[in-house]
Amino acid sequence: MPADGGIGAPNKRREDVRFLTGKGRYTDDINMRGQAYVWFLRSNVAHGRITSIDTAAAAAMPGVIRVFTGADFEGVGSIPCGWQVTDRHGEPMQEPAHPVLAQGKVRHVGDPIAAVVAETAEQARDAVEAIEVEIEELPAVVDMKAALEEGAPKVHDDLTSNLCYDWGFVEENREAVNKAFDEAAHVTTLELRNQRLVANPMEPRVAIGDYAAHNDESTLYTTSQNPHVIRLLMGAFVLGIPEHKLRVVAPDVGGGFGSKIFHYAEEAFCTFAAKQLKRPVKWTSTRSEAFMTDAHGRDHVTKIELALDKDNNFTALRTETYANMGAYLSTFAPSVPTWLHGTLMAGNYRTPLIYVNVKAVFTNTVPVDAYRGAGRPEATYQLERVIDKAARELGVDPIALRRQNFVTEFPYATPVAVEYDTGDYVATMDKLEEIADLAGFEKRLEESKASGKLRGLGVNCYIEACGIAPSHLVGQLGARAGLYESATVRVNATGGLVVMTGSHSHGQGHETAFPQVVAEMIGIDPNMIEIVHGDTANTPMGMGTYGSRSLAVGGSAIVRATEKIIAKARKIAAHLMEASEGDIELKDGQFTVAGTDKSVAWGDVTLAAYVPHNYPLEDIEPGLEETAFYDPNNFTYPAGAYACEVEVDPETGKVTIERFAAADDFGNIVNPMIVSGQVHGGLGQGIGQALLEQAVYDENGQLLTGSYMDYAMPRADDVPFYAIDHSCATPCTHNPLGVKGCGEAGAIGSPPAVVNAVVDALQRAGRNVTHIDMPLSPSRVWEAMNQ
Amino acid sequence: MAQVSMTVNGTPVSGEVEGRTLLSTFLRDTLELTGTHVGCDTGQCGACTIHVNGASVKSCNMFALEADGAAVTTIEGMANADGSLGTIQQAFQDHHGLQCGFCTPGMVMTAAALLEENPKPTEAEIRSYLSGNLCRCTGYHNIVKAILAASGQEVAKEFAA
Repeated sequence: MPADGGIGAPNKRREDVRFLTGKGRYTDDINMRGQAYVWFLRSNVAHGRITSIDTAAAAAMPGVIRVFTGADFEGVGSIPCGWQVTDRHGEPMQEPAHPVLAQGKVRHVGDPIAAVVAETAEQARDAVEAIEVEIEELPAVVDMKAALEEGAPKVHDDLTSNLCYDWGFVEENREAVNKAFDEAAHVTTLELRNQRLVANPMEPRVAIGDYAAHNDESTLYTTSQNPHVIRLLMGAFVLGIPEHKLRVVAPDVGGGFGSKIFHYAEEAFCTFAAKQLKRPVKWTSTRSEAFMTDAHGRDHVTKIELALDKDNNFTALRTETYANMGAYLSTFAPSVPTWLHGTLMAGNYRTPLIYVNVKAVFTNTVPVDAYRGAGRPEATYQLERVIDKAARELGVDPIALRRQNFVTEFPYATPVAVEYDTGDYVATMDKLEEIADLAGFEKRLEESKASGKLRGLGVNCYIEACGIAPSHLVGQLGARAGLYESATVRVNATGGLVVMTGSHSHGQGHETAFPQVVAEMIGIDPNMIEIVHGDTANTPMGMGTYGSRSLAVGGSAIVRATEKIIAKARKIAAHLMEASEGDIELKDGQFTVAGTDKSVAWGDVTLAAYVPHNYPLEDIEPGLEETAFYDPNNFTYPAGAYACEVEVDPETGKVTIERFAAADDFGNIVNPMIVSGQVHGGLGQGIGQALLEQAVYDENGQLLTGSYMDYAMPRADDVPFYAIDHSCATPCTHNPLGVKGCGEAGAIGSPPAVVNAVVDALQRAGRNVTHIDMPLSPSRVWEAMNQ
Repeated sequence: MAQVSMTVNGTPVSGEVEGRTLLSTFLRDTLELTGTHVGCDTGQCGACTIHVNGASVKSCNMFALEADGAAVTTIEGMANADGSLGTIQQAFQDHHGLQCGFCTPGMVMTAAALLEENPKPTEAEIRSYLSGNLCRCTGYHNIVKAILAASGQEVAKEFAA
């Protein structure tokens, strides 16, 4: 294999070889000696009181080792929430307990009631069938507004209502915003739903608990995006295991998209049961269980209003959102509709006054938490839809209206508490017009007409806050954790390096991209560098991967640790060449004395560090290993402009995506191949949301979309080739790589483009349609066309 | 329990299974060929796709006993004899046709079956043939490209990013 490049090179992914040959090591591929299997009895009703559980028959079944119920978990902690939101009135949110196994009540279909541990998975499953449980079914609440009505059934008896919090942002702006609306020349109003989605990484969740009696150490193997976070939450809050007695390993993980950030009951169960039974205990989720236990995403109902002056300048924005929390507060759930949503409502525009109100509501549904984009797709969707509607009401070009209101000077302090460091929204829009060939739209429109199809064009912008996040800031906002990242760089005597990162790769290609950074800094082949991640036993305390943070925060930690390595290596090189440290230069893996032909190679220095015979021992320690923790001082702000062209079949309402173009500004780029892949994947999910996906509950809280038979996942023939570009780069000003993050952009930016395009197609065809809620299924589009 | 025998990747194998044991379970748990993945329980996701007597099959939709005497190929049998990546595997790496890797074995097995039937498929034929295989990471763009490339065809330049 030829030597790979450093920063900016499209290196092929080294992890691919094992994945392509069936040698990946996912959690379910791990089997331990003496391993037992658990199967859970889950509630089949959305809300009810458990009146009796009889496990005797199950316990007598072949192979059954033990049956656990909620009673076994009395005294065990509640699954914690990692973020406390303070409401409009200065009061903390309502925070219910979340037991590992149900205590007295079940609150959503899928809530675990009991668990059987047996010699085989089949025996455990059979025995679950023999558990006799009686549940007094209670009325369920599914609809958020109904859940807030007087006398609505309460999901949690010990809370005052189903309202988690009523949040206002920025509360001090409320009256000024109202006044701006009173004075507006034009107000556009839109009510919409950002529907409930299921993240659906292709690998279902798996947990294996193990207990070593000889040193009283518990180990959890789990499908997690952030093993240290799980160790902290589960160890400190649920099971009471000190961190030095608990190891969490997340090996190859088959996608996450947010749903594998959170600490789940099954992880705590397997760790707990393994210690009780002194045997490894394994749980592998079925896809059906995943649908009713993995945290869902989105599920906002919003009314948004945009005020404009007589010259079509945006003067104010006002929103009222109901955000579904589900039955319990998942790990980061309260932050999603608030700090990851309200802070993005300025979008790419100079709207001076903004007020966001969010009412978070408990319902008898699966908990809702972060899903790719988390809060930012919801913000982008409502903002870009209302702008499009305003343009159509005012009879102005939607692109021109956007351009007129763009933020053009940076840094820019928004009225919603964040400061954009860099960006060039005009450049990304120009680039979009080029790569989407908007000039050719009219011709394509005629071609569609000729074939009896309705063609439409939808354009939108997006901005997101990534590189999550400055600890001092999120601490003020209610986070119960810091959001730095860590790296240890260990240089071996013979010159190779191991980078131990707190970031976690579950498809992002860290094993390929991170070495490019270190290789660039030292001037060596990236293949000399190995990445270790996913094991709390051999990586420094890190916060994991989500929020497009791995390169911006984790990569920055790697840079800082490598800088320390280079600084020390220069001292060693100076000693070896009997030169002044200030005269030492490092290039292409060679240390030279400036202005001379004296040089030592990287390997000479690393060897000297570990065989310190000729070494400045009086000044520095032997060895070459450094750790850095990097805490960002701002978010990063990737932004872009997206265009979608659709054809609508007027006979059936079926929408096809004919063209999709995305022009993104991600700042500097380390591996453009990987960045493109991230955008493609995000677009696939965003188009899936726009056209296909929705988690549906009936009024009794039964999940109607519980498998791939009912939940429409995007397939290869639902999407086109995407035209993408990320050449409009304004580097981030506050991290050492100048990177912004690219993981969520596609999912954030694409749904409004699709919906705008369908509305455009219908309006061009003379239909008075101003909005259709996602997903734009043929039946919904047909009904809108024929209302 | 019953005895089942088959040839997997050219090697004769046998094992004890229950009547209800799925072929995917037999491959993963008994033979420890964990490259075949299980991503759903309704035969929709295609991560468990293998070849049985030359035909593409979702191994979660077949009992192990049904494969008694069959010739089975899994992802572990797709590399070249010298251990290097096979043509389709190499195209997936070259064109970044995988991210988390979980759906990948099924994608490669399905792509192999497609190219066996149709050596020069169009983009539309590829997309249609893949409709039984779900990927959540790639948006399918680079998977389609990889299969076009594996069949020796060019990808339109504007979509080469």
